[in-house]
Amino acid sequence: MKYVNYLILVVFAGLMIAASDNLPNRGDANAPANREISPAGSKGAAYYYIQNSKTDSNTDNMVTVILADWRGYDTLGEETVILTAGLICYLLLRKRRKTDDTKR
Amino acid sequence: MTRKDNNPIVSLLSRIVSPFIMLFALYVIFHGHYSPGGGFQGGTMLAAAVLLIRLAAGREISQLQFKKSWGTPVGSVGVFIYFFTGFLALLMGGNYLDYSFLPLGLEAPVTRGWGILSIEIGVGLAVMGILVAIYDDLLEGEPND
Repeated sequence: MKYVNYLILVVFAGLMIAASDNLPNRGDANAPANREISPAGSKGAAYYYIQNSKTDSNTDNMVTVILADWRGYDTLGEETVILTAGLICYLLLRKRRKTDDTKR
Repeated sequence: MTRKDNNPIVSLLSRIVSPFIMLFALYVIFHGHYSPGGGFQGGTMLAAAVLLIRLAAGREISQLQFKKSWGTPVGSVGVFIYFFTGFLALLMGGNYLDYSFLPLGLEAPVTRGWGILSIEIGVGLAVMGILVAIYDDLLEGEPND
């Protein structure tokens, strides 16, 4: 059984290495993700971002425009997650310790 | 923290280093339009500067800089800034979080740039407040309090 595990691992690693050889280069304008029209026929998102980030928001950093402007809802959700984590730490850790102190 | 006496080297060094970390954090937040960075990274570094003082100076002295009870309110204020910016755009007739409708009296792209800055400040405050609050909550049950 152990050898089967190793065999699966090696085969999977070989598959991944073979697949990584066929990935497009970073920043390749002709890669399917960066084309104006994607292979499926719809408009490509990355092409729109690259063309319009400076003119739409007067901001040089493309990542900032995507994060805060076009995907503002996503960032709002992330921030709410952080706030919820902090509030849960407050409720779990702070209150119970206080009651334990009064018991002693 | 079992030892009560403060090491002068650690105390002095952290006092020197902490303001520079804060300054660089503000740079990361406010320069996020032109270079890598933004609210999350800058807020984390602000929290690191506060926590460095907390670790080096002990809990009683560090209360003078940033009180134990401030963490959660600061985080809530940050989230409120984000919500309010989106809601202001909604009130002025646009979609929620459409910054080009913010009432600044500028053209649409410049207004959107300022809206992004407001968002980044909100994110930075929220991340900083919550990280410091989690640290304080974890320390709350320490026996020699």
